[in-house]
Amino acid sequence: MSLETAILPGRQGAFGRLSDLFWRRPKLLILLLLLPAGLWLCIVYLGSLLALLLQSFFHIDDFSGLIVHQFTLATYAELFKPQNADVIIRTVVMAAVVTLASAIVAFPIGYLAARYLRGGWKAVFYLAVTLPLWSSYLVKVYAWKLILAKEGILNWVFAELHITPLLDAILTIPVIGGNSLSFSFIGTFLVFLYIWLPYMILPIQAAVERVPVNLTDAAADLGAPPLATFRHVIFPLALPGIVAGSIFTFSLTLGDFIIPQIVGNGRLFIGQVVYTQQGTAGNIPLAAAFTVVPIVIMGLYLWGARRLGAFDAL
Amino acid sequence: MVSAVSLQKVSRHFGAVRAMDEVDLEVAPGEFFAMLGPSGSGKTTCLRLIAGFEQPTSGHIEIFGETAEGVPPYRRNVNTVFQDYALFPHMNVIENVAFPLMIRKIPKIERLKQAGAALEMVKLGGYGQRRPGQLSGGQRQRVALARSIVNKPKVLLLDEPLGALDLKLRESMQEELKLLQRTLGITFIFVTHDQGEALSMADRVAVFNDGKVQQIGTPEEIYKRPQSRFVADFVGSSNVLTPEFVYWIMGEKRWASLRPEAIHVIAAGSGASRMTGTIVSKSYLGPVVRLLIDLNGTRLHAAVPSTESVPAEGARVTLGFAKDAIHMMESEA
Repeated sequence: MSLETAILPGRQGAFGRLSDLFWRRPKLLILLLLLPAGLWLCIVYLGSLLALLLQSFFHIDDFSGLIVHQFTLATYAELFKPQNADVIIRTVVMAAVVTLASAIVAFPIGYLAARYLRGGWKAVFYLAVTLPLWSSYLVKVYAWKLILAKEGILNWVFAELHITPLLDAILTIPVIGGNSLSFSFIGTFLVFLYIWLPYMILPIQAAVERVPVNLTDAAADLGAPPLATFRHVIFPLALPGIVAGSIFTFSLTLGDFIIPQIVGNGRLFIGQVVYTQQGTAGNIPLAAAFTVVPIVIMGLYLWGARRLGAFDAL
Repeated sequence: MVSAVSLQKVSRHFGAVRAMDEVDLEVAPGEFFAMLGPSGSGKTTCLRLIAGFEQPTSGHIEIFGETAEGVPPYRRNVNTVFQDYALFPHMNVIENVAFPLMIRKIPKIERLKQAGAALEMVKLGGYGQRRPGQLSGGQRQRVALARSIVNKPKVLLLDEPLGALDLKLRESMQEELKLLQRTLGITFIFVTHDQGEALSMADRVAVFNDGKVQQIGTPEEIYKRPQSRFVADFVGSSNVLTPEFVYWIMGEKRWASLRPEAIHVIAAGSGASRMTGTIVSKSYLGPVVRLLIDLNGTRLHAAVPSTESVPAEGARVTLGFAKDAIHMMESEA
């Protein structure tokens, strides 16, 4: 069919009129697209966060065990009690160490994938990195408990290599050591590292992918050996990816309450305290105050990262 | 005298693709050398071999008499201006220019001074604090230039340096680049697919096609005495005459080239000769009018000064040219 007119007649029906309307008023379309997500974010997510924040300013009556709906900072003051401060410090240190280790382990993998893998091999990479996410989190953690247990495969490997004394020596180190790997912070750390690693690898891979190859060529051309190129060009440009990954590893570790319960020495992390306070103990205000801690820490972390120029390359 | 850059039977194959095939090339110190060719002709591969981003499959490369194979780019005193400039987006202009000095651990005050001087040289003094993203294409290119000359390299490589600029800017940059090269005395090797650029800027031109060097010579030699059909066609848009046509005129069966401006066009009166044809199309190019003329089935381009009166499309015209304007090339193949 040949078109006879220069301007085509408008399409009939509601959809036709709607298409024309959206074309004339693009803002209307944006509004429509934003609405469901916006409502969800504002009412369900931010609303519950706000309710949480509100709860943390109440306190529990020690005698009756009832919540007193009166503004007070007493619950926050409780966070500074030695047994609570201990939990916070332990959790933050663990989250920091897990994040640092993930970044170190993930960078070479992400870099390799971004720079050297093409086509089918890239698909294999995505599959390999995300495969652990397919199975249940609990299954993986229990699997690690078996791996790390005294009768587990890791101990067997150490024994076969005749280096069990080395493992024993490591386990005698105070604080991080323990009876066996599955009852020590080393074990908790290893499981955290394994479980969160994909969340660090993928953003790093994406960030390195965005660094044009000719920038590395240019750096080499201008006299920079590989290490200097990494330090001055690749690392600063990949930093937003590392920070993005660290937001995952850091905040997920801060909030997790299952891993330390299954693999660890019984000392509590923030997540476990929140779980028991709002459950068995029924102290919702203290649970809420504990929940605010990771939020504040993440806020400080992002602010610091921004100040250090982590997002300059974006 | 030792050559600035010397390629001896250099090949670079990517699997079955022969990006470069037994290329011989000598570039003299202080020369402004152009590598001209269509895309995929091997000219950029040649540049990357000299810079050190690629290693030759076979053959030998020398830079100022020293063997270059196996030497990484960061140990070559050769710098490159990249086609898309490759400025570091997380550094401002002065940091970009000072980058090679920082790598050489030159004290900060000294390197800022030298980088500032390099920026002055490309007329961008005062732009030091800007980010590359805040500059125009032409300014970015100057920053890339300043960054690659701040180290005073022995050889400067330019990969399609003017490709992304608009015509006006390109013309003024051509003159500036030439001037810069004379002032610095550095050997410049630049890659381009624009024959006008190569002819106007370079002391000598190497024409690439299919991974091979077709011809090396001064712009005049390349333009006036092309050695092959490819060079005649690619450089200066000459008419390439078939052996049959040349035989018909010259009595010799060889390929030949005939430049459009060497053809005189006269409106054919009543007396048509064997050199009478029809104007197929006519395009006004400012100083000249370009005509496509059908002469018994052979199509020829002619360039006529636009000051003369030019017959209209479809008009019968008689062509005339001096016999020595016909430049003989390779024999029938």
